Parts: sequence; structure tokens; C-alpha cells
Amino acid sequence: MSVTNNADASRMRTVFFSILFVLLSLLAFSFPAHAQQNDAALNAALSDLNARSFKAKTAAVQALGVYGDARAVAALEALSEGRLYGRKSDKSVVIAERDGKIYRLTDPATGVSAGEATSRELKKIIANNKLRGLIRGVLGQLALSSSDSELRRAAVENVISSPTGGSLALLKSARDRETEDDIRARLETGIATLELGSDDPALRRAAVDRLADGNDPEIKSLLERRLLKNADGSFVESDAQVRAEVQEAVSRINDRLALFGLAEDLIFGISLGSVLLLAAIGLAVTFGVMGVINMAHGEMIMLGAYTTFVVQEVFRVTMPAEAFGFYLLAAIPAAFLVAATFGILIERGCIRFLYGRPLETLLATWGVSLILQQMVRSLFGANNREVANPDWISGAISIGGGVSVTVSRVYIVIFCLVVVAALAAFIRYSRFGLQMRAVTQNRGMASAMGIRTGQVDALTFALGSGIAGVAGVALSQISNVSPNLGQNFIVDSFMVVVFGGVGSLWGTIVGAFGLGIVNKFLEPVSGAILGKVVVLVIIILFIQKRPRGLFALKGRAAEG
Amino acid sequence: MKSAIKTVAAVGALAGSLAFSGMAHAADTIKVGVLHSLSGTMAISETALKDVMLFLIDEQNKKGGLLGKKIEPVVVDPASDWPLFAEKARELIEKEKVDVVFGNWTSVSRKSVLPVFEELNGMLFYPVQYEGEESSRNIFYTGAAPNQQAIPAVEYLMSEEGGSVERWVLAGTDYVYPRTTNKILESFLKAKGVPAEDIMINYTPFGHSDWQTIVSDIKGFASAGKKTAVVSTVNGDANVPFYKELGNQGIKAEDIPVVAFSVGEEELAGIDTGPLVGHLGAWNYFMSVDSPENEAMIKKWHAFIGDDKRVFNDPMEAHYIGFTMWAQAVEQAGTTNIDAVRQAMYGQTAPNLTGGIAEMNTNHHLSKPVLIGEIQDDGQFATVWETDGVVVGDAWSDFLPESAKLTADWTYPWVCGNCEKPKHLTN
Repeated sequence: MSVTNNADASRMRTVFFSILFVLLSLLAFSFPAHAQQNDAALNAALSDLNARSFKAKTAAVQALGVYGDARAVAALEALSEGRLYGRKSDKSVVIAERDGKIYRLTDPATGVSAGEATSRELKKIIANNKLRGLIRGVLGQLALSSSDSELRRAAVENVISSPTGGSLALLKSARDRETEDDIRARLETGIATLELGSDDPALRRAAVDRLADGNDPEIKSLLERRLLKNADGSFVESDAQVRAEVQEAVSRINDRLALFGLAEDLIFGISLGSVLLLAAIGLAVTFGVMGVINMAHGEMIMLGAYTTFVVQEVFRVTMPAEAFGFYLLAAIPAAFLVAATFGILIERGCIRFLYGRPLETLLATWGVSLILQQMVRSLFGANNREVANPDWISGAISIGGGVSVTVSRVYIVIFCLVVVAALAAFIRYSRFGLQMRAVTQNRGMASAMGIRTGQVDALTFALGSGIAGVAGVALSQISNVSPNLGQNFIVDSFMVVVFGGVGSLWGTIVGAFGLGIVNKFLEPVSGAILGKVVVLVIIILFIQKRPRGLFALKGRAAEG
Repeated sequence: MKSAIKTVAAVGALAGSLAFSGMAHAADTIKVGVLHSLSGTMAISETALKDVMLFLIDEQNKKGGLLGKKIEPVVVDPASDWPLFAEKARELIEKEKVDVVFGNWTSVSRKSVLPVFEELNGMLFYPVQYEGEESSRNIFYTGAAPNQQAIPAVEYLMSEEGGSVERWVLAGTDYVYPRTTNKILESFLKAKGVPAEDIMINYTPFGHSDWQTIVSDIKGFASAGKKTAVVSTVNGDANVPFYKELGNQGIKAEDIPVVAFSVGEEELAGIDTGPLVGHLGAWNYFMSVDSPENEAMIKKWHAFIGDDKRVFNDPMEAHYIGFTMWAQAVEQAGTTNIDAVRQAMYGQTAPNLTGGIAEMNTNHHLSKPVLIGEIQDDGQFATVWETDGVVVGDAWSDFLPESAKLTADWTYPWVCGNCEKPKHLTN
């Protein structure tokens, strides 16, 4: 198998091989005679997979599903994963595994090797979404009887999401065999959704009872459809008593879903807040503490993201595949160093001549930001660069009620809190932090006490830039890695720092989460665009009332 | 003193000869303006189009140029800045005296240069799918009009093969192209009997990066038990976080397919496409199409650019078709005079890279085939459906009541881009 960065595909492949193995062992014992007899049918169905029309392919998939033998399963899996090819020379269907420049072929009918071929000699057999959905259902039905509970769990979901005519009977017999409680519960729910359409009112009633306990929006809409009227004016649900129960169940599910909706907005708000905070925290140092309006702040984030890309490429070439997922950890210090180095260069080369002249600083750093963007564009090209999500931060956690949070965002919230805590501790407890605070509070006095203020300025700027670089590592996981990355965050960052109170780390934290949550509560009501406008208006009004932001610094520093 | 005079005379003579040789040089070449952003937001998409123009010009020069002259590209960078597009267009036509311009990507940049081309009687080839509702005498639209991309894509999804979709999310970036396209799609869907509650329209700002709420809304909208699809006119940078969020929230193409009109091979190059397999794109060209013309073109392109990982995409094919037609029109007209070349453009044909023949119609739009493809894990599209023949580009949509009445036809007796009746009546 070739080295792949595609985590999902490799996971799928593992699942597929285990399915294959289980089925092989299962079927080897149960249907040997059957398999022998119908080899002609198998071969016919296999060659039909290479038909031009999707209708013929659909029929072939169904035939293979009925056939149900391990070879059929392997062929169906290969088709849905895009590994099934037609050989141009003899029009035969083969399973191909890519190995560098050539493909290793397997004959699906016999399972033995069919030699090698180059990509020119093969033509991929295309499956469309409908076909893949069908294959998912067919394979799910076959895997329902697997002995591996993980496979059964996945199979149950697949059968429920793509049911066919025979699904109800299959699910019922699977339920009777099932030993694991949670899978049986899922089977019961799946059976109930199918039995909602049964002819027997008692069965329908039992199904409604069963479904009323869930909090799945899909089940809710399934129940709601029972309350509608047919074209002839009669109710879909003919039994008045069952109808009343459906009504009751729907309102109960609605109550629970409303709560989940609130929880969802809150979680999304915290997640957005953490992204805002990450983007703004470096600026809180350069702008908040030093008072430098640094328009190139966003480009520091961008540099961090590109460093992540470079580290990823280095890992891809030098490290074994198992270690690849940890490139992100290595990227954190690398991004800090790269961005901090650029920070020092910018401070020493440009900003230090402009202290106390905010307008010139603004223009000069704006220019620097354009230079950095074009530099990256020349070095890496104008296109987006692909930064892969490692396995351990892919996927989502389902909370129920249709609410799910993506794992990468959970990590970003945690990462953001760690960065903020580390920064706060550094400023509070380290010697450099002390000097930094001294210089920002009273430059003249600090200088008189023997602090080299120039050096402190440069290092403070480097610190702020380095943290922006670290933010870039995290943002590369959810955003584009393109030369324009920084521009998307610069306005938001300034908004957070100004809103939170210039110079206050706490203000930045509260400001970021506050804005994130307000934004996410507004978005479902007003839409994304109006939501942003409303947030901006709120901030402007707030700044009118409190020009120094949420947490205004008091005392001498504030007057400086 | 004498020597000083000598020097002046020598300098003068030199300057004169330089000026003369400059003139001779200018007359020796045919100038082609390339007006694509090489910096700023749109550089991501437009840089490749600049490269493909240099490639096409190079190919033509190898064949001996045009009318016995070499073609000389004049590349300018409008830096993704819409007003700058107009300035650069003026510079190309007035100062550089180019014979034709190939350029622009966003509709707003096209709207910005349109008055310049009309005022100075220039000629622009615009290679990108767009919202239609326009036909200028000075612009040839080689990208798809809505009836060559959006409408067929929606029809495909409605069909049994496409999954019999009944519920629609129209998601787009907030500017003229998505808004117009969605307006057309909405009235098309309503005409097909889709009730209003089965259509959800959502706009997001440029570069939108937090898609959690919207993806969750889409999931909620799709849970109503009817097959749901997303028609995405989301443009530019916002696509990557959108697709990442879709993948992470576990939305599979089998359940909720997303068909996008602005996502091609070039845009997919920056994404891990594993989780996106099965989501759709609708274009007039896919790099994966198996045809001899396509294979030969890609081979030449890779040799020219010196990188066999570079993709070839739909707007690049549009430039190829546009440039081929323009070169043929110049040969036929025997001159680069704009008005003569324009007349020669009508009915001009060129082979599509995907097979079949593209033709330039009198409404300045092409007849091209429409292809629907599903994203594969290698970042390419696999064609799952295509039109039987070519589709004639329609400048004015039949699905908007105020546009349905309008006709674009730049030949006698119409000679008009947006008229209800011909300008010159025959009787």
C-alpha cells in the first residue's frame, strides 16, 4: 500500500479489510456449494459493473448484493472506494492497488493476481453518489451478521440510513441475535422508524412510543410527516389515537431540541471565540502592551501557517508514516521561531524608527504586510497549500440532538487556553515579563534602572509575533493556507483587542469569547452577513460609551 | 564646441534610429494583452490563466505566428483591485495598442472594464463561468452562462440518477454572481414545482471562515426526510473551510451532495479531497476527461510549464478555445482590425478538449458541452453525466421574467445586446 496522508481512506481500508476477512471466514463455511453453482451469475454481474449506464451498474450491484459472497463484497468495496478498474485491452474488470507508477491488479472473480498495468491501460469504473449509497446499504446488510461488534455497529447505521425493501426483516433478525445493548437499542430505533409505516396501528403505536424518547431531528421530522394530510384530505396517520401520541412525541422532542439548540450556539460561540482569541492574542502584546499598530500582524499568522506546511512536507519525506500525525507538535516551536525572527527584523528594521508616530507605523506595517504576502506568493505560489488534519484531530464528537462539534475545534479551544495561560504566566512571573511591564509602564524610569529598553522592545515584538505564528499553526487546521490568510484575521483581531481593552490580557480573553458567542447567537437569527454587521455596530456603540474597552487600564500607563 | 555639436548630433541620430526601430518592431508583432491578477486575493485563480495565455501564444508563435507576424504578450497586473482593472485595460488599449485582451475573473472586475472596452472599441475574451444577464459588443464570453452550468447541474440532481433531490440549499458568497445565479435557480426550481419551504438561501461574506453554524443548519434542513442537496456558489478562499467543516461534521456526499460552480481542479489542489469524494462540480471541461485532444494538450502544457503536477481547468480551456477562435478569425479577416475580427468571430468553431466542437454564437456566447463530475480522492473530477451535444450559451436567462424577453444578437437585423425587437427592421 502506498503511503497516504489521507487518514480517512486508510481507516476505511482497515475497516474494509476486516470486513473482508470476517466475511471470508464466515462465507467460506456457510455457502461453498452455492458459490460454486452461481459463478456464472457472479461473472455476469461483475462485468456489468463496467457498463456505461448507471442503471445497468445499479442492477449489477443489487445482483452482487444478493449473491453476497466475499468476492462480491470485495468488488463492491473496491467500486465504492474507486479501486475498481476496467482493463482496456480485454474489457475485464479488475481491482487495482496503486504501487508507485504501476497498478497491481487482482481478478475479483477469483481473487488471484491479474498482473500489473500502467494507468494508461486502465479505465476507472465510476460510481456516483446514488450507487455508493446503495453499496453502503447492501454491504451493511451483509455485515449485520458479522461477529465483530464494531463492524455491526457501523453496519446498523448504514442499513438505517440507506434502507431497502428487505431491511426491516434483516434488522429484526439482527435484533434477535444482538448481544450488545447499545447496538440493540439502535436496531430497535431503526426498526421503529420503519414500522411507523406499518399497517397495524398497534405496531405503529409501539413505534411512536419507542421514538418519543429520542432527540434526533430526523426522527422528529419523520413523526411530523405522520401528522400531515394526504392529497385526498385524509390523515397520513389514520388512527386518531396514534395521531395524538405522535403529536405528544413531537412536542416532547421539540422541547429537548430547543435546549440542544442553545447548547449548540454556545459551543459554536466558544469555538469561534477561541479562534478570535488565538488570532488576537499576539496583537494584544504588540498593540496592547507596546502600543504599536501592527498591520502586518495577520502576516505573522500566515507565516506560522506556512511554517506548518513546510514542517508537514519535511515530515512526509523524512519520517515514517506513523509519526506523520505528530508534525503539528513539531510545527509549534518552528512557527514560533520563524514568526518571532520576522518580528525582530520588522521591529529593528522599521518600527523602532517610528515609535510615537502611530500613523506612520500603520502605513509602514501595512507596506510590510504587502511585501510579506507577495514574498510568500513568490516562494510558494498563489495557490492554497494543503495542510492535512492528522488522524487524531479529525472527525466530530456527537453530543446528541443533531449537535456535533468537530474534534479540531475542541483542540483549538484547549490549545488557545494553554497559549493564553502560558503567556500570562510568562508576563507575570518571568524576569523578561517584569522588564516588559516596566518598560511599558514608564520607559524613562525603566531605562534609568538599567533596563535596555531597545532590546526589550525588540523581544516584546518578537514575542507577540511568535505567538501569532503559533496561532497560525492552529488556524492552518481549519482555514486556507494561502498568502491572504492573514488579511482574514487582521480586522477581527483589532476588534477583539480594542473591544477588550487595550493593554489588558483579560480584556482580550473576555472580548474574544464575548464576541464569538454573541456572533453565534445572532447568526441563526440574522444570517452570517447581518450578524457581522450587528456585532460591529454593537462594538462601535460600546466604544462610544467606554472608549478604553471592557477592561480599561487605570493609572499612569493609561495616561501615557 | 564642435565636439559638443557632434555629440548632440550623434545622440539625436541614435535616438532617431531607436525610435524608428521601435516603430518597426511594433509593426512586426501582434500584441495580445493579458489582464489577470497576479497579486492579491484573486491571484490564486488568475495566475494560472496568465500562464496558459503565455503557453498558447508560445504555441502559436511556434506555428509561425499570425499573418506572418509574431505574437507578443503584454502582461499587466491589476492586483485584484477592481478600479485598477479599468485603468490597466485603458493602458493596454491606448498605450500598448494591443489587438485583443484576454482577461478578468470576477464579475465585478468585468463590470469595471466593460465601459473602457466599449468606449475605446477594444476586444475582451472573458473565460470564466458567470451569471449571464450581459452581452457587450466588445466582449466574447467563453465561460459558461447559467444555462450551461447551473441549470443542467440542478436538473441532474433532480433526475433519478442524480438522487432525485427535492430539497435545496442555495449557498453563496454575497456578491453579484451568486445572487444572480441563485435568483435564476430559485425561479427555475419554483417553475419545476419545488415549494418555497424546500428552498433555503444563505449568503456569507467573502473569505468566511467559520462555517459551523451554517453546516449545522444545512444538516438540520436536510433532516426533513426529503433528499437534500447544496448548490454552492461560494467563491474563492471560503471554500476550503466550508468543505473542511462538511467533512469534519461527517456529511457524506451520498447523504447531502454539494454541487459547486466555482470549485475546479485548481481550487481542489489546496484541499485534502479524501472526505469530499462524491461532492460534485459542474463545468464544461474536466482535466480527467479521456480524449486524445485533452491528453495532447495536457502533455504540451506540462512541458511548457515544466511541472507535471500543474492542473488544467475549465477557464484555461475557455482561453484555449477563445484564443484558437480569435487566431482563426484574424487569419480569415487578414487583419487585426477589431471590427473585422469581430465579424469573422461569428460562427467560428474550435474543437473542445473534451470532444465535440465549440461554436461562437452571435450573442457572443459559446456553444459548449456541460459535464457533471464527482470529486475523486486524487483531486480530479470523474464525469458522471454529460449533455448529449453542445448547449448554446444564453446571455439572458429564460427563468427571469424581465430577462426572458431580451435577446442578444450582434448581427443584422438585431445588432443589439439587450433588445426586445431588432434595431433594423427588414421591411
